Amino acid sequence: MPQIEEQYDIVVVGAGHAGCEAALAAARMGLNTILFTVSMDSVALMPCNPNVGGSSKGHLVREIDAMGGEMGKNIDKTYIQSKMLNESKGPAVHSLRAQADKAEYSRAMRMTLQRTDHLTLRQAEVSELIEGDCKEAAEGSEHSVCTKRIIGVRTLSGGTYFAKAVILCTGVYLKARCIFGDVSNPTGPNGLQAANHLTQSLVDLGIKVRRFKTGTPARIDKRSIDFSKMIEQKGDEHIVPFSFTNTEEDIRREQVSCWLTYTNETTHDIIRANIDRSPLFSGMIEGTGPRYCPSIEDKVMKFPDKDHHQVFIEPEGEYTNEMYIGGMSSSLPEDVQYAMYRSVPGLENAKIVRNAYAIEYDCIDATQLKASLEFKEYEGLFAGGQINGSSGYEEAAAQGFMAGVNAARKIKGLEPIILDRSQAYVGVLIDDLVTKETLEPYRMMTSRAEYRLLLRQDNADLRLTDIGHEIGLIDEDRYAHFCAKRAAIEEELKRLQSVVIGAAKKNQEYLESVGSTPLKTAASLSDLIKRPELNYDLVAPLDPDRKALPADVIEQVNINLKYEGYIIRQQQQVAHFKKLEKKRIPDSVNYDEIQNLRKEARQKLSQIRPSSVGQASRISGVSPADISVLLIYLGN
Amino acid sequence: MLYKNDTIAAIATGASNAGIGIIRISGEHALEVADRCFRAKNPNKKIITTPGYHAVYGNVTDGDVVMDEAVCLVMRAPNSYTTEDVVEVQCHGGTIQLRQILKVILKNGARVAEPGEFTKRAYLGGRIDITQAESVMDMICAQNELAARSSAAQLQGALSDKIREIRSFVLENVAYIESALDDPENYSLDGFSEELYQQVEATSSEVLKLLGTAEEGKMIREGIRTVILGKPNAGKSSFLNQLLGEERAIVTEIAGTTRDTLEEEVMVQGIPLKIIDTAGIHETVDIVEKLGVEKAKKSLEDADLVVYIVDGSRVLDQDDAYIMKLLQDRKVIILINKIDVEQVVDKSWITANIIAPMIEISAKTGEGLQEFKEELTKMFFHGKLSFNDQVYITNLRHREALSEADLSLKRVLDSIRAGMPEDFLTIDLMAAYEQLGTILGEQPEDDLANEIFSKFCMGK
Repeated sequence: MPQIEEQYDIVVVGAGHAGCEAALAAARMGLNTILFTVSMDSVALMPCNPNVGGSSKGHLVREIDAMGGEMGKNIDKTYIQSKMLNESKGPAVHSLRAQADKAEYSRAMRMTLQRTDHLTLRQAEVSELIEGDCKEAAEGSEHSVCTKRIIGVRTLSGGTYFAKAVILCTGVYLKARCIFGDVSNPTGPNGLQAANHLTQSLVDLGIKVRRFKTGTPARIDKRSIDFSKMIEQKGDEHIVPFSFTNTEEDIRREQVSCWLTYTNETTHDIIRANIDRSPLFSGMIEGTGPRYCPSIEDKVMKFPDKDHHQVFIEPEGEYTNEMYIGGMSSSLPEDVQYAMYRSVPGLENAKIVRNAYAIEYDCIDATQLKASLEFKEYEGLFAGGQINGSSGYEEAAAQGFMAGVNAARKIKGLEPIILDRSQAYVGVLIDDLVTKETLEPYRMMTSRAEYRLLLRQDNADLRLTDIGHEIGLIDEDRYAHFCAKRAAIEEELKRLQSVVIGAAKKNQEYLESVGSTPLKTAASLSDLIKRPELNYDLVAPLDPDRKALPADVIEQVNINLKYEGYIIRQQQQVAHFKKLEKKRIPDSVNYDEIQNLRKEARQKLSQIRPSSVGQASRISGVSPADISVLLIYLGN
Repeated sequence: MLYKNDTIAAIATGASNAGIGIIRISGEHALEVADRCFRAKNPNKKIITTPGYHAVYGNVTDGDVVMDEAVCLVMRAPNSYTTEDVVEVQCHGGTIQLRQILKVILKNGARVAEPGEFTKRAYLGGRIDITQAESVMDMICAQNELAARSSAAQLQGALSDKIREIRSFVLENVAYIESALDDPENYSLDGFSEELYQQVEATSSEVLKLLGTAEEGKMIREGIRTVILGKPNAGKSSFLNQLLGEERAIVTEIAGTTRDTLEEEVMVQGIPLKIIDTAGIHETVDIVEKLGVEKAKKSLEDADLVVYIVDGSRVLDQDDAYIMKLLQDRKVIILINKIDVEQVVDKSWITANIIAPMIEISAKTGEGLQEFKEELTKMFFHGKLSFNDQVYITNLRHREALSEADLSLKRVLDSIRAGMPEDFLTIDLMAAYEQLGTILGEQPEDDLANEIFSKFCMGK
């Protein structure tokens, strides 16, 4: 029987947030790319929360934007509310979050995909990976006879698509099952078709697969909600775009509000009384759920002392009545859901549009991947997003982007781009996933980043635009604009250092008028800005020669001066960290030959095969003494 | 150096001519090596078949030549000091004989251990942590009993326990701040900084206390640096000789006989003293004497204790005034010497200038020496130098890490005072945590292990 057979450079399986970034990056790097989706209507779908960003996730979005990713641009086009979180805290934890118009978000992303050269969108279920002939190992290589390769995919309808690299971005679709109460549907989110065949192909290839679960709350009809009993949560007056290509003026618009309400003891009593009907407690759900994003029944059972929990009511878009009930995801039966939601102030007459449900899916053990997101055992096979055990749109997009970039670079014969923990949250995310065994869906958190004062959302462009330019995803115009910004920051810092203010009466009076102390000796403007009670704007009257500078330049100048001591100390910590990162472990190391490693360490090291001593030191079960043994073996 | 599990050997007992000497063999082939140069009295017995913690009696042999009678103690991996197979060959002492036996063992497949290599293997084998390893080194190199006691305390993990306690306090607070950043709904930071301030202040003083013991730790290991100071011919050398119980320094009636500093080590009622006798301090034009005076002044800089000897038979003068100026803010014992002759000295002038215990002695007759010893003991045991049940920092690396940790804690306090948001506090808290971790060897370091083990004495 004749079958379709096509040839591409890169196949991307799945068009969620990871797949879209992977495909766009690869195609924009000039590679002929095909992007498969089970449904053209679920491209860049947001099946759970209607927002992008948030604590540390916002950092990921800005980071990939700095390197040429799409998520930041897409949310800037389709946001309906924007907020900088944690503004009362230090700049390291300021985090951008925007409410999205979900339908618009999907539509805009699909439009971008369809307008991109070298990119083909195709609705089909990929059911099988095609293994190529073993590539003969180079002469003299001791450890493997040959390298296994993946050379393409087959679809359920029998089509064959050969490629030099395949990127798996299957999200939550592999053998997906949606569950609430005693209802269990073998579908992906929102009743979309699950991908039921690919898992078997992975297992046949010897890839370790595990089962995770996550969940989503109900959507409630806006007209049935009494907002007068809730606290309004407005967007910021001054908005910061996600993408460094946009200014506030470019994207300013009318914003919609979110609303805050709380559960109470009645809610908790309803949950406790019906907990035996939860599929989680009855054992119907086998997958491991995220501790950091628990369902409301988890929260009630685990924190019995808390008499209330926050509930955020968020619009799903401008052209829908559906409201997302943040903080109350659940897999309880339908009748319990009604009772539980209706016990919350403002939701007494709530009408549910979509039920809350839990979803189970297959994913892989990501320690099978290199930091480039390529499988260690299979050349040409990459994975990004929820298939790697992460959760969240932003985590997915970040991995998809890196997988796309590295697959493309591999085909071009270039070294992979690997960001380390001191460069980007993206680096922290991927290092954690490929180094530590993830036993529950992995969520990005600020606490996971050791050097977060350096990894701020405001300086993502300064950290990563050079890399984006090197990859080829930042065009010359944007790069020139960036270089000008960087130069302006440096120049202004230098100028402030050199402008010295004397103890003239006028100056002293001004300092006192803004609550600062008079000068004892002459001081530079930068010294003045460093005073806790002053900042760049406040010293303006003492600085008549100041040129008007863009707000983003001023922001960097101010942060660099005000937190200088902390930044320097964190840089010293990074220098220390890099020492072990720079000690590479050759691929050919045979851990069985290294005497004195403890058995557990030997097993873990053999399994994960870290690329540097630094990475080895982060593997659980490898002790500092094992690291010493390793260092000594490597000739220190 | 490529670390292989090869077999090493070294003499484990000190270089004295003690009755018994021990040679330790450790490594994968320790048992075979021992069998090649040892013949059991019972011809059926072989070291290789001897179970752990059993001894075999026989002769050390070089080919057919019997070297010595010996007992071989067998310890099997991982139940040995190094976690490897170990044979301890216990034979008759005597440095030369032990060396010859070691040579035979080396001829039969072992190589000579590098300094500290046994302990290094114990550390790498996960048997001991780094503080314990360093204590072993200090113990081997310890110069006196008190130092040995302090080393023993560290080895038992008293220091480790203390550091662990401080570290877990730091980590708990970092964890709390981070939880609050990621989950503000469930973790509040209201009033957190104020509370943390008190706690960090207390922790910092704990660290300072440990650091304070570093000074004492140094004294214990090296002896208390005691400088004898006074005008020429005040009787400094005579006093030293009384203390030493023998005439070692040259004593004459001509002023300025001791032209250089002399160092002597002596135990006074169990307290180790390192005594530095100095040239008399006086205005002089003699170039040699001038150098001596400069040296005396220099030795004051790192003195733990100064014994100021005043000639009671002479009137105080400009030189005494100069010396008393040098002694400000130092720990001093004043000795009024020569009480066997007529006294003219104005003691009130001295007490008006220095606050210190004053004892009348005669270095010639030995009168007052007992009182001096008692005063010294009192200062040591009842003063700041009490050492009972205390943990001492006797190691320079620990001391540096503690200083760094304390600096970081002080920065946390600065940040709280400056009203910085809590997430800034974690930077310096983590720095303190990591610094303390390096003391325990719980912070992966690229060069730490080698640095430490290269300092070890041979054979342990």
